[in-house]
Amino acid sequence: MKSLNFKKIILFSILIIVAFAQLFPLYWLITFSLKSNIEIFGENVIGLPQNWRWINYKTALSDGGILRYFLNSVLYSGVTVLVTGIVSSMAAYAIARMKWKLKDYVFGIFVLGIMIPTQAALLPLFQLLEKLGLKGGYLGLLIPYISFGIPMSVMILTGFYKGIPKEIEEAAYIDGSGIFRCFGSIILPIIKPAIATASIFTFLGSWNELMFANTLVDSSNYRTLPVGIMSFAGQYSTDWGLIGAGMVIATLPTILVYFLLSNQVQESLVAGAVKG
Amino acid sequence: MDRMLGKKRYVAIFVLPALLLFICFVVAPLIATGIYSLFEYDGIGTMKFLGIKNYVNLFTTDKYFPQALKNSLVLAGASICIQLPLSLLLAITLARGVKGEKFFRTVYFVPVVISSMVIGQLWMKMFNSQYGIINMAIRMFGDKDFEFSWLSTPSTAFISTVIPAVWQYVGYHMLIFYAGIKSIPGDYNEAAKIDGASKTQISLKITIPLLAPVIKTCLLFSLTGSLRAFDLIYVMTGGGPNHASEVPGTLMYSSLFRRGLYGYGSSQAFFIVIECLLFSYIINHIFKKAEQNASAI
Repeated sequence: MKSLNFKKIILFSILIIVAFAQLFPLYWLITFSLKSNIEIFGENVIGLPQNWRWINYKTALSDGGILRYFLNSVLYSGVTVLVTGIVSSMAAYAIARMKWKLKDYVFGIFVLGIMIPTQAALLPLFQLLEKLGLKGGYLGLLIPYISFGIPMSVMILTGFYKGIPKEIEEAAYIDGSGIFRCFGSIILPIIKPAIATASIFTFLGSWNELMFANTLVDSSNYRTLPVGIMSFAGQYSTDWGLIGAGMVIATLPTILVYFLLSNQVQESLVAGAVKG
Repeated sequence: MDRMLGKKRYVAIFVLPALLLFICFVVAPLIATGIYSLFEYDGIGTMKFLGIKNYVNLFTTDKYFPQALKNSLVLAGASICIQLPLSLLLAITLARGVKGEKFFRTVYFVPVVISSMVIGQLWMKMFNSQYGIINMAIRMFGDKDFEFSWLSTPSTAFISTVIPAVWQYVGYHMLIFYAGIKSIPGDYNEAAKIDGASKTQISLKITIPLLAPVIKTCLLFSLTGSLRAFDLIYVMTGGGPNHASEVPGTLMYSSLFRRGLYGYGSSQAFFIVIECLLFSYIINHIFKKAEQNASAI
């Protein structure tokens, strides 16, 4: 019995050590975003700020242009989540329910899209968007984000559709509803949780994306938050508090979404991984 | 209903928007990369067909590619040998039910939702030679004058990017394992307990074998994720100093967008694709038997 307790204590210590390791860098980030360099660089390295310098946040938002990047990122992520959700829920319905010969192949193509490192498509995509005259504007980044978000959403949604009993739709069709009406007023409300799940994936992917945003956008007017913070960090490289504030601003929305929907987020990862 | 769901017109309306977007902006560019990789091409002049010469050059004349490939395999090794076992241990411990189970699950996952740009910048600051928290800790507990520049020393630069990469995704794999364990029916554990099996025996003989499909998924994710690594390294070292921390992803990026080597850079890009497909195939093959056993139980 004694050895059993001993083992329990060791396992519990591991849990706590890992939790500390996961949280400490973030604690450090949040506290130094509210400090002056004097505190960060020696006087008060790991304690709570002595003077809470909220001005770091004000300066980052106004002088650093972070507000503009933030709004751009909201727009990119918002539109991406909306459009990806709509087209994926339709395609997944066609794959899960409709009767046509090529559906397994089409599904296979989407699934392959999850496995393949999409960065390999970057150069031809760059050229294509340039030819279409879209590169550099909002659409020039929205279209890739939507296209690259589709496979994961289709996969999650197809799995959910297959779990819904067919009787519900049958009743609607017998009542004489058309396919669009049935889809809009019966199917979509049922799969709402699945759409929420897929949307979280799409949101995290587009909000945090770096490579495409860095390559496909030149003008700072259309820049996303991650790219904006990166150039901001280079510009103010000696003012850690200011950079920290920018980084916290970039992180807050994802943490907020995560805490509000943490059950849904956890489910979404599981849905994506275990079923895949 | 069947008549309605079989109409070609409806199928087209439902499936084409997503499919066309995906084919035009993902599949076609990928194929184009594969084609470019067989040519010498600078984006403006004519394309000169080389066959597989670009790929041969990756390993014969390229000064940095073999090292970059080695680095990405080191990252994959660290993920598989450190991150996955740790995640599995955490998941098994949590799934047995401990105090604060939900708290731990939530905390472990927090770094996963943060942008790798932020993670990279943050760890750059942690590794800073003068004011970084890591060197400050070393000064506090030992050498008072310790000053070492982790990210600008060739021998430590790459390892310093591996640490945050492993750190960031522990919670991700933990959660997948956790969900996998929770989906195992409780009867198996009960039966084993009645037979007098200890907790460790149950974990080793029942939980882990039944988890084979989930372990496979995690292996696939962490392996292909390592082979295609880019963001963290791009932010933290940019592949430097003196190319010591390059991975295929960063080399591809600088070939394409700094040096204008469209053909050669495409071969580096497409090499990553081939590598990912090959490793996925191997892992699927290895796990075929284990998965059959898991579903037979």
